[in-house]
Amino acid sequence: MTMTTKPEPTTSVATPIQNSLTAGRLPTPAPWLILGAAIAVSAAIFGVMGLAGEAGYNWGGALLVGALLYIPSIWLFSMLVEGRRRAMDRLVTALVTGAFVLAMIPLISLTITVITFGLNRFDADFFTMSMRNVTGEGGGVLHAIVGTLLMTGTAAIISIPIGLMTSIYLVEYGRGQLARGITFLVDVMTGIPSIVAGLFAYALFSIFLGPGTRTGIAGAVALAVLMIPVVVRSSEEMLRLVPNELREASYALGVPKWLTIVKVVLPTSIAGITTGIMLSIARVIGETAPLLIAAGFTQSMNWNLFDGRMSSLPVFVYTQYANQGNPPEAYLDRAWAAALTLILIVMALNLIARLVARFFAPKFGR
Amino acid sequence: MSKRIEVRDLNVYYGKFLAVEGVNLEIEPRSVTAFIGPSGCGKSTFLRTLNRMHEVIPGARVEGEVLIDGNNLYDPDVDPVLVRRQVGMVFQRPNPFPTMSIKENVLAGVKLNNKRISKSDADDLVEKSLLGANLWNEVKDRLDRPGSGLSGGQQQRLCIARAIAVAPEVILMDEPCSALDPISTLAIEDLIEELKLQYTIVIVTHNMQQASRVSDKTAFFNIAGTGKPGNLIEYADTTTIFSNPSVKATEDYVSGRFG
Repeated sequence: MTMTTKPEPTTSVATPIQNSLTAGRLPTPAPWLILGAAIAVSAAIFGVMGLAGEAGYNWGGALLVGALLYIPSIWLFSMLVEGRRRAMDRLVTALVTGAFVLAMIPLISLTITVITFGLNRFDADFFTMSMRNVTGEGGGVLHAIVGTLLMTGTAAIISIPIGLMTSIYLVEYGRGQLARGITFLVDVMTGIPSIVAGLFAYALFSIFLGPGTRTGIAGAVALAVLMIPVVVRSSEEMLRLVPNELREASYALGVPKWLTIVKVVLPTSIAGITTGIMLSIARVIGETAPLLIAAGFTQSMNWNLFDGRMSSLPVFVYTQYANQGNPPEAYLDRAWAAALTLILIVMALNLIARLVARFFAPKFGR
Repeated sequence: MSKRIEVRDLNVYYGKFLAVEGVNLEIEPRSVTAFIGPSGCGKSTFLRTLNRMHEVIPGARVEGEVLIDGNNLYDPDVDPVLVRRQVGMVFQRPNPFPTMSIKENVLAGVKLNNKRISKSDADDLVEKSLLGANLWNEVKDRLDRPGSGLSGGQQQRLCIARAIAVAPEVILMDEPCSALDPISTLAIEDLIEELKLQYTIVIVTHNMQQASRVSDKTAFFNIAGTGKPGNLIEYADTTTIFSNPSVKATEDYVSGRFG
């Protein structure tokens, strides 16, 4: 069946002199035709199997087998027409593209699922109400949005200066044992399980405020513990990318080292540093376990980081799902809508990071 | 305005490695001095000791004295930042600050040091420095465009304008033309002729025609072999170095019969 799409070599044009640099070449649409044929064959096979079996038609299986069939067929055709090197090129191109598509499937599926389920409760009430005195249907997520923004923002305020200054120390000043020690500890911190960070913050605040204390600030500290190593490593990479020539140019103008760092090195790398910081925020904003331990959860609004428990979006999703009431659909809908909200917040942060990076990037052009 | 440089028994190290050994040299004010010699013989390293840029590299250090009008640069109390404000430097590769416009690049020495300057003074300084670097006519209509958008030769002249805007006494140039085409090179050589009237200029070059064209005195550096320190072989008037050198190695090098 696939033989119908066998392409003609393109040497049929009558040329007066044979160019010794030409080689056989598959026509441009050939790969698409082969892919179509492969899927058609696989669809036919599944169709025959479907007639015999009892289940419905398996579209996913047909597509997957078709794609798998495409890989050896494109290699075979290319081998016959174009030779070994191009055949290898086509084979690897097919494999790489296949890996990309495979990686995209869960992402797209997740996005579609969250949007379809999340839209059920994506209404005005949801963003203007807390869960106070709500049983069953209704209620909103405002208290969790406020909690997430307050705690993540505080974590950012704590960890950005610490992380940025650490990376400046490592790149511009650090030499020998101390710098190596810090680098090692930062690497160790990167690998801390997030629940350990939560336990650390919980234990720390229990020492001062007594056991059982859960406050927003404890959650923020837990997030900061997770965020600092990410900020340090990403800013460090960005600062190392600044060419030494710029530092030397600045020194040669009689500019002291600290002013060189503040006015030359940081502005040159600010775009990359901003991106790194935004990614670190995106990394911690979805943390559930440390906040569950350190900040707890509540049904009410709480604007005060230093007093009382504070909800956050991931913990809200967890509690809604884990403690379903009656009717359960109301709880599940709220969980999905909160997950959608969280994804939208992260997406907005990433967009802002892109814009900031573009705005600050060194300018070229005449 | 310009100053006299004296170098006495200078040894330059990278960590334990002795890179340049026993240099004695006197550079007159308002003159152009060229350093020539094969790659790796320590010309650039020695040049960077003249404004304490050498010690920016970790582990690098210097023994001996460099006197600028009698003041030892390597006195323990000397602030390297103050030295570099008097001894400017132009590098091999043009390195304008990518975040700054042409105007801001020229004013970098002022602005980066947090000095206040009125708008009219700033405009005057930009015009004066760019005129001094022969770049004013080419960029006067686009002073607010990024400096990195200029051609290589223009960027190098922008770097020279940036260096003379802080009014140094001495200008060090580390192969300023090696990345440039002949026309840009000519522009910079003309510029060196003009700058000589006000500044003391030291230039490292691999181009012997350039050394003979622009310099009053020439110093020839050489290296005995890999891993050995570089030495100052001969230092004399440029005409003497190129026509009647007293050392055989210098003659071999300038006539192209080296090695």
